[in-house]
Amino acid sequence: MRSARQQPFRTAVLILVWGWLLFLVFTPNLLVVGASVMTRDPGTFISLPLNLDAYRQLLNPLYLEVFLHSLYMAAMTTLICLLIGYPFAWSLSKVARQHQVLLIFLLIVPFWTNSLVRTYALKLILATNGLLNSALMSLGLIEEPLQMLYTEGAVIIGLVYLLLPFMILPLYAVFDDLRDDLLRASHDLGAGRFSTFIHVIVPLTLPGVLAGVMLVLLPAMGLFFVPDILGGSRNLLVGNVIKNQFLDARNWPFGAAASIVLTLAMAFLMFAHRLSKRRIGEEGV
Amino acid sequence: MSRWLPRTYLTLIYLLLYVPILVLVVFSFNDSRTGYEWGGLSLRWYEALFNNRAMVQAMWNSLWLALSAATVSTIIGALTALALHRYRFRGKKVLNGMLFIVMMSPEIVLAISLLALFLLVGLQLGYVSLLLAHVTFCLPFVVITVMARLSGFDERLPEAARDLGASDFTMTRTVLIPVIMPALLAGWLLGFTLSLDDVVVSTFVSGPSYEILPLRIYSMVRVGLKPEVNALGTLLLVFSLVMLMLSQWILLRSKR
Amino acid sequence: MKQTLLSLSNLSKQFDGKTVLDSLDLEIFDGEFITLLGPSGCGKTTLLRMMAGFEHPDEGTITLGGQDLTHTPPENRPLNTVFQNYALFPHMSVFDNVAYGLKMEKRPKDEIRERVEDALAMVQLEDFARRKPHQLSGGQQQRVAIARAVVKRPKMLLLDEPLSALDYKLRRTMQVELKRLQRELGITFVFVTHDQEEALSMSDRVVVLKDGHIQQLGTPREVYERPANLFTARFVGETNFFPGRVDSANGDDTITVDVFGLKRTFRKPDFAVSDGQALHVLLRPEDIRVLAPEEDDGVSGKVVERNYKGSTLDSVIHLEDGTEVLASEFFDEDDPTFDYRLGEPVKVSWVDGWEWLLPDEPAPAAEDDTVDA
Repeated sequence: MRSARQQPFRTAVLILVWGWLLFLVFTPNLLVVGASVMTRDPGTFISLPLNLDAYRQLLNPLYLEVFLHSLYMAAMTTLICLLIGYPFAWSLSKVARQHQVLLIFLLIVPFWTNSLVRTYALKLILATNGLLNSALMSLGLIEEPLQMLYTEGAVIIGLVYLLLPFMILPLYAVFDDLRDDLLRASHDLGAGRFSTFIHVIVPLTLPGVLAGVMLVLLPAMGLFFVPDILGGSRNLLVGNVIKNQFLDARNWPFGAAASIVLTLAMAFLMFAHRLSKRRIGEEGV
Repeated sequence: MSRWLPRTYLTLIYLLLYVPILVLVVFSFNDSRTGYEWGGLSLRWYEALFNNRAMVQAMWNSLWLALSAATVSTIIGALTALALHRYRFRGKKVLNGMLFIVMMSPEIVLAISLLALFLLVGLQLGYVSLLLAHVTFCLPFVVITVMARLSGFDERLPEAARDLGASDFTMTRTVLIPVIMPALLAGWLLGFTLSLDDVVVSTFVSGPSYEILPLRIYSMVRVGLKPEVNALGTLLLVFSLVMLMLSQWILLRSKR
Repeated sequence: MKQTLLSLSNLSKQFDGKTVLDSLDLEIFDGEFITLLGPSGCGKTTLLRMMAGFEHPDEGTITLGGQDLTHTPPENRPLNTVFQNYALFPHMSVFDNVAYGLKMEKRPKDEIRERVEDALAMVQLEDFARRKPHQLSGGQQQRVAIARAVVKRPKMLLLDEPLSALDYKLRRTMQVELKRLQRELGITFVFVTHDQEEALSMSDRVVVLKDGHIQQLGTPREVYERPANLFTARFVGETNFFPGRVDSANGDDTITVDVFGLKRTFRKPDFAVSDGQALHVLLRPEDIRVLAPEEDDGVSGKVVERNYKGSTLDSVIHLEDGTEVLASEFFDEDDPTFDYRLGEPVKVSWVDGWEWLLPDEPAPAAEDDTVDA
């Protein structure tokens, strides 16, 4: 090994990268962990003594209800994304190669488009005197405009709309890898369509499902601007709670504790994803 | 499976994805004040947009922030990818892990942790805090893009250059950088778009001294409907589309 | 006496605690074609990379024409390399690839153009200067890689399995071409390969390597006909190993050896022999005589396999004690129908004096199949 003196470039790069990540990733996360076990302080945000009050507060029925409601909406979002995305990715992988490129492109255009603007566009459609109600009324299907905006459903629709590509892309990746000869082999060995689906397709696409769930479920708990625009004050996400605690209520320990719970959920999902990949003999990411 | 079923299904979902965007674009040319019914073609909302000085200022601020964040994250990200690819060093796995965590963790967790840091070190919230935060969340995406390019890169190329008389620095300039250029451009464009689009992190780490576009839009759309937002959204859409096509074109061209 | 160009002395190298080279000494002569031959993981690639400057020995020195190169970075060594998968710069044209090394020397533009054109003419690629590497076939890319390396007029050309990516026919063409280039340029070639046929047909000298040790260093003929040990004998070409036991050492520089119960008289080998000692009698398949079963001479067996090889008929014969013998016989023009039936009884013999004797070795350690580091 040559000494650092002989490789100034290498040394400089490593110092820069490590410095950046230690200062802007490691330290901040440590601060959040620290903040979560300290005491709320109106002046300096946090102060000693150390305690677990913030975590106890998470179990307060009032917040517990908000969390469970958020989890419910995130779970519904994920489920709907999966139900829409699974057949979508499957169909996409069956389309002729040269068209797939264009279709994937069309799928990621929204991803590159400002998500606030897209959420706002949904508002145009869902509002009481918005497009959907006008359309339904002019078709004579309803008499009175329906209350669609500021409902739980509106929040879920918004989240699905924003997050669907994140479910489809990993699913498409696994379907794209799923070779036709495996399916033919399964049929050849006497399995019917249903058996092939259960015993071959599902296990092989499971890593994609879990990757999709990971990419949808967590943001679906954090994207606070969706309820702000579409959901009103009754349909809050964990993200809204954290934001309120940090920016409005100034209860840092509580906000930090809530975000640690989110992080733990992420860790759990990542672990499950790794496990599923290892089962089919692929290296974890 | 018959052929028309998957096709119909795909078409339906694409329609659902694009209807809101189309509505937005169409309504941006709507002359009506209420924003719900059609009142004829007009460019009045575009006009209103550009007459709003605070809005124009926010646009410039956002553009400048996205430009600088994309540039800084591309430089640091490319160097990181090179270090991960070329050097063996202690803690490589930890470094990789930290980048992965940044990419996977919910934005809001990153946002509050950075806010805590900036307040702790007494950094005035504004351009600098936004830049640091944006570079941090763009970084893993650049690293991944460049790493993907490097993984298809023949290990012997740098050696061939050295063998033919190039110093480490000359080799980097004449071989390494030209070869990974498409990935650098694609990474830069991705970073630019991520920065321009970000709401969650910016909400926490921006201050009144430096207002950026997404936050301005956010404050506008929280209550009621603002027709200017349609015009602004349309502009942003066109802008993103151009950027995306540019990056795809670069990547496709480099593969040939 | 040939003049030493590159001298490697006492080179040792470990990767992650695994010894790749072990106190290795080697002298490479000016103008020779020398081949480093060995299985994967034998250290041949590491040795080449040390000459090029991509690896540094833990111990030992490398000198070129008396000048110590051990810690000189690759860009300052007057040697150039042809890489295994060519390592052509994908973003540069053929011309720019070949010109790269001269640009690094900051040569005038005119000189660069002239020398690049010459180098391309030498490998018959004048018309391809504007192409990009991916627009060339494998053989053409190979030629560009060679032109790029020799355009700098190095003292020595290092070739790291340069033909391994080519198909069989192209390999043969390139082998001839490389020999021609080496003669024309008069540059020392150090060639790395795991293909013993390639090594034998191209080299002035062959270095057989295993586990970081030189097993044998000699001309192709020496290595093939007089292998220094069992490894070299097994690795270079096909060989029959017959178990022998020394019956008696005779006064006239010969020994009598018991092989399959036959008493044969051989030249006394280089190593010391004593009565009753076990040794190996090595015979190449082409040295085996297959005789009719009624002949007096030879060991009885029967044909279990026969393979028509065009110019030779290769057969496998099972002796009565279960030993397998490979025989390779040229077709006799007088007997065009010459062939064996499977199961046909035959006798196996050889002409004394064509054999090669090696002492019995302790059982070799398990074969190491690790890839080249």
